[in-house]
Amino acid sequence: MLKTKEVEFNYDNQMFFKFQNIDLNSNENLLIIGESGVGKTTLMHLLAGLLKSNSGSIKLFDKELNQMSSYQLDSFRKNNIGIVFQRPHFVNSLTVKENLQLAQYIANKNDNTRIESILKNLNIFEKSNKKTNQLSQGEKQRVSIALAIVNSPKLILADEPTSSLDDNNCSKVIKLLKKQATDFGAQLIVITHDSRLKKHFKKSIEL
Amino acid sequence: MNIFKLSIKNIFNKPLSSSISLALLVLGVGIISLLLQLNTLIKDQMDNNLRGIDMVVGAKGSPLQLILSSVYHIDSPTGNISLAEAETISNNRMVGSSIKILYGDNYKGFRIVGAEKKFIELYKGVIKEGKDWDNPYEVLVGSKVYEKLKINLGDELISSHGLRETGQSHDEGTFKVVGLLKPSNSVIDQLIITSPQSVWDIHETHDHDEHENENEHEHEHEHEHDNREITAMLIKFKSPMNIIQFPRQINENTNLQAAVPSYEISRLFKLFGFGIETLSYLAYLIIIVSGFSLFINLFNSMRERKYEMALIRTLGASRFQLSTMIIFESLVLTISGFILGLLFSRFGVMFVSSLMEESINYNLNSLKILNEEYWLLGLSVLIGVVSSLIPAIQVYKMNISKILADA
Repeated sequence: MLKTKEVEFNYDNQMFFKFQNIDLNSNENLLIIGESGVGKTTLMHLLAGLLKSNSGSIKLFDKELNQMSSYQLDSFRKNNIGIVFQRPHFVNSLTVKENLQLAQYIANKNDNTRIESILKNLNIFEKSNKKTNQLSQGEKQRVSIALAIVNSPKLILADEPTSSLDDNNCSKVIKLLKKQATDFGAQLIVITHDSRLKKHFKKSIEL
Repeated sequence: MNIFKLSIKNIFNKPLSSSISLALLVLGVGIISLLLQLNTLIKDQMDNNLRGIDMVVGAKGSPLQLILSSVYHIDSPTGNISLAEAETISNNRMVGSSIKILYGDNYKGFRIVGAEKKFIELYKGVIKEGKDWDNPYEVLVGSKVYEKLKINLGDELISSHGLRETGQSHDEGTFKVVGLLKPSNSVIDQLIITSPQSVWDIHETHDHDEHENENEHEHEHEHEHDNREITAMLIKFKSPMNIIQFPRQINENTNLQAAVPSYEISRLFKLFGFGIETLSYLAYLIIIVSGFSLFINLFNSMRERKYEMALIRTLGASRFQLSTMIIFESLVLTISGFILGLLFSRFGVMFVSSLMEESINYNLNSLKILNEEYWLLGLSVLIGVVSSLIPAIQVYKMNISKILADA
């Protein structure tokens, strides 16, 4: 499903990253763990097609990301990848439900029953018509998970989803993410420095 | 949900900064459109009342005053001229037709004009009810007068001396309404029209009241004195060529004054025009400032909303879609600014015309969209596009990865 080979990236010839090869089969989840500054976010952006590597190959769902144009990457991303950010981001002028509708619109979809079922599954259905800045931190995180899965992605990428949480909440969130991935038939890749997550994943690599 | 709806939601999410740009644009567009409307309406109204009058002859004084008083009935007359002298001019071979008019009285602020029957034909006046006058002291009443004062056929109107409401009233000056005129959208709508004889008669009596040592006259008496006077004479030439030569002849060789309405009115508009031009430059400046304010708004909100933009991109929206959203936001504001500006100007026109109706009995209502206003729409759209161009390009070039990594 995901196969990377000799991926290298440098920012303005200053920071240089060389990533180890990844080989992930279908139906497998993956934990990528590493200290700060080893290029975790860079790797995630490369996998999401937000950045292009300088050399090497990233093959995701049998497509070579390095050979796609920026427009093709946008389109690939909206059809295949859902992203959960370290800090949740939303369109502030919209309600929870409208944020999800916007995500669907961008992917040329329109399915309110799916939005409802996702919000119910995440226990935030009653917040549907709230503006996102009226939510608590935990609710925001769940809405950002909803945003990541609303378009039925085949892959969910999560960037430091648990770094600021206590042990109890950390395990809740990671279980929630795994459950959502299973419920909606997606694979999960979590990128983090949080070693507490190791016990939740069968497969992990260290950068 | 779509990009257009999102633009609108974004505008309403920042009501304060959006409304400042909007208010500036409404003001700019509103002022220009108001000036255009008033200019056109006044010009139309002026031209409408001017047709068929090549020259006006009256007493010496300001030519503009002569035109305003005897063509538009909005200023005091320059004085009277003798009937005999007027006859000499109207018999000149260059004169095609002439209409003598004379003033003296008003009824509750509306002028009573003594005029030949040709006067009503000149303005294409049609009698709606009743009949034409046959005898002195019978009057035809213009549409705005009877609508405003609720005058009916057969009513008796007691006139006051002079052209303003406060004049001394004549008990003898009782006019009988014999006809009501249809609205003609010209000056006769606000006039009360009677035969010249009525005005002569009433002022004969009036003068005698003031000079009691003179002999009593019956006012039905035929007045064939040489000293009868009129206020002005409206003249149409046989050939348009005469307009150059004939007024000068009169002004140089007689103690009368000849004025050419079209010339005086264009002079008046030149005077107006300077003010209008200055004001419209100011309004264009306001529009440009509104463009800047719009630009600064968008620019700031791009910085505030950069994570939002990055999020929308990671959801799979293309650069182009995001840039479109920014331009939409700007266009929604400028186009609604344009529409509100037009509404503003229409209310302005109604307000001004209600003011003018009070003071000079003029009415300027019309709500059609002028060609120049389509230009204003173009300008608003242009401002919308130009002010959003830089923010849109910024969004287009945005490095999402970098923004997200900094978060």
